[in-house]
Amino acid sequence: MDWFDSWALTLATFLPVVGIVVLAFVPRAQEQLIKTVALVTTIVTAAVGVGILLNFDYGAKGVLQFDPGKKTWIDAIGSNYHVGIDGISLPLLVLSMFISILCVIYSWDHFPEPHNPKAFLMLMLVLEVGMNGTFVAQDLILFFVFFELVLLPMYFMIGVWGGPNRQYASIKFFLFTLFGSALMILGFLALFFKAGNTFDIPTLIEQAGNIPHNTQLWIFGGLFMGFAIKVPMFPFHTWLPDAHTEAPTVGSVILAAVLLKLGTYGFIRIAIPILPEAAITWAPIIGGLAVVGIIYGALGCLAQKDMKRLIAFSSVAHMGFVMLGIATLTDFGINAAVFGMVAHGLITGMLFFCAGSIQERFGTRELARLGGLLVQAPKLGWILGFCAMASLGLPGLAGFWGEFPAILSAYQPAAGLSEPLFRFYMVVASVGTVFAAGYLLWMYQRTAFGTPKEEFAKEHIHDVHGPEWLAWAPMLALIFVLGVYPRFLFGVTDEAVQTVTAAFRAVGGP
Amino acid sequence: MLRNAFLIPLLPVISFALILFFGKRLPGKGHEIGVLFVGGAFVLSAICAAQWISRPADYLPPTGHAEAAAVEGAHAAEQASTEAATDEEHPADGEPAAEGEHEVEPIRKAEVREVVWFETGGVEIKAGTRMDGLSVMLVFVVSMISLLVHIFSTNYMHDDRRYTHFFAALSLFTAGMLVMVTSSNTLQLLFGWEMMGLCSFMLIGHWWEEKNNSDAALKAFFTTRTGDIGLLVGISILFFAAGHTFDTETINQTALSGTISSGVLVAAAAALLCAVVGKSAQFPLHTWLPDAMAGPTPVSALIHAATMVVAGVYLIARLYGVFWAGFHIGDGGINPVALIGGVTVIIAALLAFVQNDIKKVLAYSTVSQLGYMVMALGVGAWTAGIFHLFTHAFFKGLLFLGAGSVSHSVHSFDMKKGMGGLKKTMPVTFWTFLIGSVALAGVPPLAGFWSKDEILVGASGNGYPIFLVIGLIGAFMTACYMTRCVYLTFFGEFRGHGHPHESPKAITGPLVVLAGFSILAGFLNAPGIELFSKWTENTTVLAAGVAHHEFSIGLAVVGTLMGVLGIATGFAYYVRNLGPHRLTQRNQAALTGYKILENKYYLDRLYTDMVVGGLKGPVARATYWVNQNIIDGVLNGTAAVSKAVANFTYSVLDQKLVDGLVNGAGAGAEEGGSALRVLQTGRVQQYAAFLFGAVVLMGGALVLFV
Repeated sequence: MDWFDSWALTLATFLPVVGIVVLAFVPRAQEQLIKTVALVTTIVTAAVGVGILLNFDYGAKGVLQFDPGKKTWIDAIGSNYHVGIDGISLPLLVLSMFISILCVIYSWDHFPEPHNPKAFLMLMLVLEVGMNGTFVAQDLILFFVFFELVLLPMYFMIGVWGGPNRQYASIKFFLFTLFGSALMILGFLALFFKAGNTFDIPTLIEQAGNIPHNTQLWIFGGLFMGFAIKVPMFPFHTWLPDAHTEAPTVGSVILAAVLLKLGTYGFIRIAIPILPEAAITWAPIIGGLAVVGIIYGALGCLAQKDMKRLIAFSSVAHMGFVMLGIATLTDFGINAAVFGMVAHGLITGMLFFCAGSIQERFGTRELARLGGLLVQAPKLGWILGFCAMASLGLPGLAGFWGEFPAILSAYQPAAGLSEPLFRFYMVVASVGTVFAAGYLLWMYQRTAFGTPKEEFAKEHIHDVHGPEWLAWAPMLALIFVLGVYPRFLFGVTDEAVQTVTAAFRAVGGP
Repeated sequence: MLRNAFLIPLLPVISFALILFFGKRLPGKGHEIGVLFVGGAFVLSAICAAQWISRPADYLPPTGHAEAAAVEGAHAAEQASTEAATDEEHPADGEPAAEGEHEVEPIRKAEVREVVWFETGGVEIKAGTRMDGLSVMLVFVVSMISLLVHIFSTNYMHDDRRYTHFFAALSLFTAGMLVMVTSSNTLQLLFGWEMMGLCSFMLIGHWWEEKNNSDAALKAFFTTRTGDIGLLVGISILFFAAGHTFDTETINQTALSGTISSGVLVAAAAALLCAVVGKSAQFPLHTWLPDAMAGPTPVSALIHAATMVVAGVYLIARLYGVFWAGFHIGDGGINPVALIGGVTVIIAALLAFVQNDIKKVLAYSTVSQLGYMVMALGVGAWTAGIFHLFTHAFFKGLLFLGAGSVSHSVHSFDMKKGMGGLKKTMPVTFWTFLIGSVALAGVPPLAGFWSKDEILVGASGNGYPIFLVIGLIGAFMTACYMTRCVYLTFFGEFRGHGHPHESPKAITGPLVVLAGFSILAGFLNAPGIELFSKWTENTTVLAAGVAHHEFSIGLAVVGTLMGVLGIATGFAYYVRNLGPHRLTQRNQAALTGYKILENKYYLDRLYTDMVVGGLKGPVARATYWVNQNIIDGVLNGTAAVSKAVANFTYSVLDQKLVDGLVNGAGAGAEEGGSALRVLQTGRVQQYAAFLFGAVVLMGGALVLFV
């Protein structure tokens, strides 16, 4: 399988491009064919993903695998085409492929106005290229290109297929993230010049220790802006509720499930291992913003009248737990963060699916007008309840393993960080779990409990149907399986995470 | 079976899944699965109990005194330091050695079986079962009560709109409790703990069409979850303090060994206590429990007797080492655990007097009795605490099911408007309810007497005189309000509508069984027999050197007298109408007191209206306002400013100045720009101009400082 070893990641990234090219030649009117091509493309891509899963050397999760070596790409600036994955990237890459298939399936007969499946699905495939590419890139410029590549299709998805306020939301999304990226690329350039004229991530991890401390702090600041906006961390989160509220269902799902993870992934893959010294200085700030985000996001949720906007704000709170885990700079914390990323992807993705299906059935997402979902569509009601419970971190479902271990890890952060401060963060984050129960169950009470409101009482609301089941069942199953047997994920990430923290321990250790 | 104890919680979990997915298609709508699987769990628990009892007591755990013979390899070092520490800490803390708490006596060895659950940060996290006397006792009680509740419900819930779901949730509830009591570690304990939270939510809100019910469900979930902050924090602290482990035995032994600093221990114990206060409905977080009566009555029986609320008590009992060392329970005087328990005993008993809903009387009674259990553990009477848990499960389960039987017949829970005179029409219900009440009132030789007496003995023997007094007052009050309750329900004239009748066998059967246990269970630990304390002995309690006190005839007499006095007072006041009646109309102080009780000490007002209402309303709205107007305002403001700057740049600088100078040079750019303009009517350009400016500025800063 030497051939597969060197080509797998390239295939995983660029196979959707083949789909895009094929789609370009299919006439717009042949919708069935268009949908089939898109579905086949995502499935074939995911098949490569399965191949990667099967061929991944689980004995060396901390080492880059499927790495065919550097290929000269842009010689002038010394940037190479370098891909590879370890235990941290693997689950995220697979998540991205997996969500792409389910989104195509869900879209099958859910295309929002102005319809046009051809353009919509092409954009979705472009998104997949960007997402997969970001998770495999081992070169800063390559990473940057993929990181930026996702902006455009999402911009159009929101701007064209979005809700009434889509213009504002899409521009805000685009410019806000672009602003962060601009600072991030400056950080990359600074790294290039200060650490031996290379953009190669593994090389940088070895060499960047030589950069003077103050300089590290500034570079970290640049990277922080790029990643924190993407996550998004308080107070850079305001693009998120707007983008989510206006985006079409599938857009919201991809945004929540994968795009936000690009930011947290950037911290774990790039900012922290390359600049460990700066990470120690920045960690209390990151942790502080994270816990503020947890409480702030929850309070924001409580004020919402629109179901989808509420879920969007809950992402701010949930990503706060992920960032708290990262800020501890410990194995426990970063493991929890990676778990939290995957769990949030599945759970919040599912919540957005539910919100989309509710809107489709009732024509509204306004909480005050909804009610009695369990009466009219009991299965949808149960699924929503299941996801709400998963989202509030109920043990036995995936959300718990992103939340509790993050809280746990804050009790004993990495050496060099203030214990009292992080213990304070721990308590605040724990309080956040009650708030999470608050907004999610209130949302559930208002949508699912009670009896249907008068305006919908006589309407026939159809329950969960074919494509929805197909798209949701795997996600629901995964939420449960990961919740009961977290080893599937911890087992993969742990070693790779230890490599990350080892790079860091060398500096910050006692 | 002790090794395969994981099967006990597994059966009801399977039952849940089967009922949920296939229940509706079965002739019994799923109840047959529930009864069968929970019945199976009960059989397995009974086998466990039998095996535990017949297990030779041949394990010599290391105790406060030397010659610890059979020390397990891994624990050797820790436990050696345990000896030293306990000797230092309690050299002569008032406990005369003559009482014999330190004599080395072999006990039954706990059966532990674990598998690796997952690894994180290179630390193996295990899942498994730990079966010792405490767990065995609880799996037996829980599965038995649950089975009876299942049987009871087949009739009681017969025409319910969600019969199948009800049984599914009932099974999962049982599973949650069983997971918790069998678990060998705090993480798994948290699993069971939260599973019960979920199920209580589902069951209290069973009739979720009415908002009151779903409100009660939410309240239960939020309140317990507020306490759970403490559980999360406590487990985290202990995980690190005990050397990266969730294992309860290691945590206990490490806590008792004195290697953990006292500050950390106190923090951990206090955090866990918060969780107990929430889950076991202790003051001041008890307010959810009476509201939880919104659920179907069998659920109340299950919640109050066997699951959920006793979880908190179990948590203290299981992690006793932490509480013992953290709060210096062995020293006597006063400590947070005893204090919370004691206050709850009185506060809740007072509220039971002013309730007209029979289930609410019982609910406050449960709160008060849980206070007894917590107080018992707080005063160092470990065995008494869990013994009271054991006996209380039977008579409180009985009382709730009895109340269910009554309401099944009269279709009401209101004692004053819907009941009365049911003695004749419902003889089985009456007699069993009476037995339960007398057992609760602590009249010998019924179960409640023995366990309550042990608590009093413990309080007096361990140097907790205040709590002895509280216990006695509580006994008086309990007897008194139960007399009122029994009188209003079963005596006098029938005040309801229709024709009350005795309930069918599926309902009376469980009542009779529970009545039998309410009579007999207490003898298990009666003086001279004392099997219960032998069976439940464990390493933690021995290592802590928890004192054991002999039965005292004097205290027993005083305790009994208080109970009898309570019954007599209740009889005189409520039945014979003696004493000061209508005080509230004559006396301002009495009226104020009554108002306070009627409003439940205004705690609900404080929580629901002020804390929750405040957060949900003004605080959340203010936050959102900040979000929209300040944070976003800054953003939109900069966008607007940059737009203005861009306009200026374009119309003044570019068009007039630059354009004037290099006319025509920008034609190409103009063309490219117009393509973009089509997209977003030019706003992108303006934003981009601003962005570019900002990036240049910040980039400049970076270049300067880097």
